Amino acid sequence: MRRSARDTEESAGKITRRGLLLGGSMAAVVAVLGARMRHMQVDQADEFRLLAEDNRISIRLIPPARGLIMDRNGKLIAGNEQNYRVVISRDDAGNVEDVLNRLSGILPIAPEDFDRALKDARRRSPLPIIVADRLSWDDVSKVAINAPALPGVAPEVGLSRIYPRDTDFAHVVGYVGPVSDSDLAKLEEPDPLLQTPKFQIGKIGVETWMEDALRGKAGNRRVEVNAVGRVMRELGRQEGVAGGDVLLTIDADVQNYTQARLGEESAAAVVMDVNNGDLIAVVSAPSFDPNLFVRGISHNDYNALTENDHRPLANKSVAGAYPPGSTFKMVTALAALEAGVATTASSVNCPGYLEVGGRRFHCWSRRGHGRVDLDRALSESCDVYFYDLALKVGIDKIAEMGRKLGLGERHNIPMSAITEGLMPNKAWKQERYGTDWRIGDTVNASIGQGYVLTSPLQLAVMTARLATGKSVVPRLVQSVGGVAEPFDAGQPMGLTPDMLDAVHKGMYAVCNSQRGTAYGSRVDDKTLKMSGKTGTSQVRNISAAERARGVISNANLPWDRRDHALFVGYAPYDAPRYAVAVVVEHGGGGSTAAAPIGRDLLLRALSDGIPPTSAYPASQRNRIDTMHRNLPLRAPDGTPPESTRA
Amino acid sequence: MTFLEYRLKTVPTGPTKLLHVNWPLVVLLIAIASVGFLMLYSVAGGRMGVWAEPQMKRFAAGLAVMFFVGFVPIWFWRNMAAIAYGGSVLLLVGVEFFGSVGMGAQRWIEIGPLRLQPSELAKVTLVMLLAAYYDWLDIRKTSRPVWVLIPIAFIMLPTALVLVQPDLGTALLLMTGGAVVMFCAGVSWWYFGAVAGMLVGAVAGVFASRGTGWQLLKDYQYRRIDTFLDPSSDPLGAGYHISQAKIALGSGGWAGRGFMQGTQSRLNFLPEKHTDFIFTTLAEEFGFIGAFSLLILYALVLAFCISSAIQNKDRFASLMTLGIAATFFFYFSVNMLMVMGLAPVVGVPLPLVSYGGSSMLVLMAAFGLVQSAHIHRPR
Repeated sequence: MRRSARDTEESAGKITRRGLLLGGSMAAVVAVLGARMRHMQVDQADEFRLLAEDNRISIRLIPPARGLIMDRNGKLIAGNEQNYRVVISRDDAGNVEDVLNRLSGILPIAPEDFDRALKDARRRSPLPIIVADRLSWDDVSKVAINAPALPGVAPEVGLSRIYPRDTDFAHVVGYVGPVSDSDLAKLEEPDPLLQTPKFQIGKIGVETWMEDALRGKAGNRRVEVNAVGRVMRELGRQEGVAGGDVLLTIDADVQNYTQARLGEESAAAVVMDVNNGDLIAVVSAPSFDPNLFVRGISHNDYNALTENDHRPLANKSVAGAYPPGSTFKMVTALAALEAGVATTASSVNCPGYLEVGGRRFHCWSRRGHGRVDLDRALSESCDVYFYDLALKVGIDKIAEMGRKLGLGERHNIPMSAITEGLMPNKAWKQERYGTDWRIGDTVNASIGQGYVLTSPLQLAVMTARLATGKSVVPRLVQSVGGVAEPFDAGQPMGLTPDMLDAVHKGMYAVCNSQRGTAYGSRVDDKTLKMSGKTGTSQVRNISAAERARGVISNANLPWDRRDHALFVGYAPYDAPRYAVAVVVEHGGGGSTAAAPIGRDLLLRALSDGIPPTSAYPASQRNRIDTMHRNLPLRAPDGTPPESTRA
Repeated sequence: MTFLEYRLKTVPTGPTKLLHVNWPLVVLLIAIASVGFLMLYSVAGGRMGVWAEPQMKRFAAGLAVMFFVGFVPIWFWRNMAAIAYGGSVLLLVGVEFFGSVGMGAQRWIEIGPLRLQPSELAKVTLVMLLAAYYDWLDIRKTSRPVWVLIPIAFIMLPTALVLVQPDLGTALLLMTGGAVVMFCAGVSWWYFGAVAGMLVGAVAGVFASRGTGWQLLKDYQYRRIDTFLDPSSDPLGAGYHISQAKIALGSGGWAGRGFMQGTQSRLNFLPEKHTDFIFTTLAEEFGFIGAFSLLILYALVLAFCISSAIQNKDRFASLMTLGIAATFFFYFSVNMLMVMGLAPVVGVPLPLVSYGGSSMLVLMAAFGLVQSAHIHRPR
């Protein structure tokens, strides 16, 4: 449109003014931008630099190799094996489901693992997801060959626990397993290692009690990660410290012999060096394969273990509490001798029973033993003799002697569920039941029945202390990380040689005199002869009516109502080296079910290998040879016997 | 002025136009685009082919477009203003029906190899139309209500269409761009005061409507506002972008971490690092020195445009140049405010630096208009 010159002038003037105003406001905004830049990049630079470093640098722990567990001769009990697994990282895989589908065409992936991996992938976890674990080298090679078709999939190698002597050490060494929430809750300041995926800690046995020594210290890697957590490069590395090796006092071969000798019986046995307390074998049968637990046991396998009436999961050698029966009689005898209420020569008449407070307490021999002294009372296991001693000395003195010998005490070795047993006295009963101690309780306790409860470990300690007269302390660990653990051979317990000799003589007679209860399990070799004591402890009450009709023999009772068979012993009788305690649950008589095992174990501990046939009485040698030939023993390198191999 | 009034003898013709091109402006644009090439090379991890090379080709095409547009006489463009505006409004309608969906909004149309965002085009055509309108209007009527309502309608038409997409950022740029032209044309302060008052009311309305049946914005837009007001409220979700952008920017320090050494961009902590957030990479790798230099380059572009506008006696040319300068200003300032945490995240690219085709071509065409105004100014 046509404009006058004035209008044009005015228009241009206005535009100039407003344009300059516009330019001024823009300059103000630019100044604000510049100031903000300066503030963030100069004043706050350090803060932001720190945040940027936080973003990109991630510290990854390097799990240390777990310490090995070996026997006294360095034979491997718990080791680490390389474990191949396949992981997938989400940001490289693209479509995780596609890749997993392709992968499952190559590897056997369980449907539940497949679903779990897919779920993990949806959770956008920055860490690689473990798809398959414990793969063979073949499977890993297949993955490597097909790598181009499997973006984001990578094989990884880690260490996992293996127990080459599987069943032999299940109860002693235990096993490792994944860290549970309750494991973490127990610790005040959990090692950050415990939160690394797939990390395993000791769950039971030596593995858990020696956890601190075995675990080692984690190393770490400073890595640069991208926004989705993938490692781009390593910035620095600090190596960790591998866990310390633990050397046990156990002899793996004796342990294996013991396990095989107990067989499928529900039984426990402990072999101990009487001079320094070293535990040579600690066995509970039947056993189980701890490797199953490391890999994650299936429901079927676990149910089979829990439903077995022989309780393979129970650690009977230290956790089982049994009435010691006649194996307790040495305690009663020593209590009486020490108190001076009886001498080594005193004798008692046994008519087959003792009347106490109007109640009749029977000797195992209905006809009675006639006049018996300590020697015969032990060798023929006369009950009445000990009833008599107990009445004279009283329960408190007996309990005191029992404690002195290691009963009723929790021996501190790194195993799980160690029982204290029970060494009752008057005060205990008052506190526990609120009733007075009765004279009948003393009578029952004198022969190791009633309230008295002991574990095979305690019985072995008792036997070692009887053999040496010293308060020797059991020890399971020889050295940790090359540093020897102290042992305690014990102090003399204040028992006079007279008393000890009298008991030793009695125990010798048990195994070597014609009428001894363990004469059938005697040793022929003079240098290997043993002393011991059998025990048969009732697990049921025998009513007066039954006694009148005739006591039902073990063979006619259901398995779980039969008597427990026990044997304690040491050898050689004149220069003791090893003590043994054997408990066969519901095994029947101690002399028939437990003593033969005790003899074999002592001879095995004393010999280098299978005990020589010449040590056995001539009449038994064929049977023993056959037994030894059929024993499912491991090869020296630990490989399992043919018969049990799958 | 009609073209008859131009003293044609004094307006350069033919190749002599080359001598009258606003060369400092051309140099500045090339410098800014080169910063972009460098950063695109860096964020691609040192590869040319990914972003830098296509961007260079586009910029070359953009320069050609700029010179072509610049050599066409300014009165031609003035006569084309209404047609161009009408065309871009039609495209905005078309994008509703044929547009491709991206980021939850319909924004672009595929025309052969070209991916056109009509809203980009609308920013320039709106400025052209308003400048032509005020050139035509008797200046004494400028502030009369009827003659103020007409340009407001011109502004609201494309704004409404863009809001439907929905693209809040572009809608705001359209309104402010239009408002700047009206302001420079001399519309009374009272109108701007009134609009400012209404804006305050609208903002209050937007917040009040949240969660009710007549909610004015989409949920994601509300979340962006929340995140803007308090980025730490959601550091791994919506606030992640802005937090990471600030970390990248701040960690650059005075002199930066070095070319291709920015950890935030190299390790993908930065979102959209080749488009909307490219400035953070520059700030991280070249520090305050680099970031501030780019800001100065932008400011110089504005300065040359404004001085050219003020010196130009042609009303259409001045208003259009100011409008284009303002549009350019809003582009880079909103982008920088956004990445520095001073404005909500509203998908606005950094002009000439961010990777992207249609916005660069439209912008270069706009600078072509500025050149045309400069070359053909009345002397």
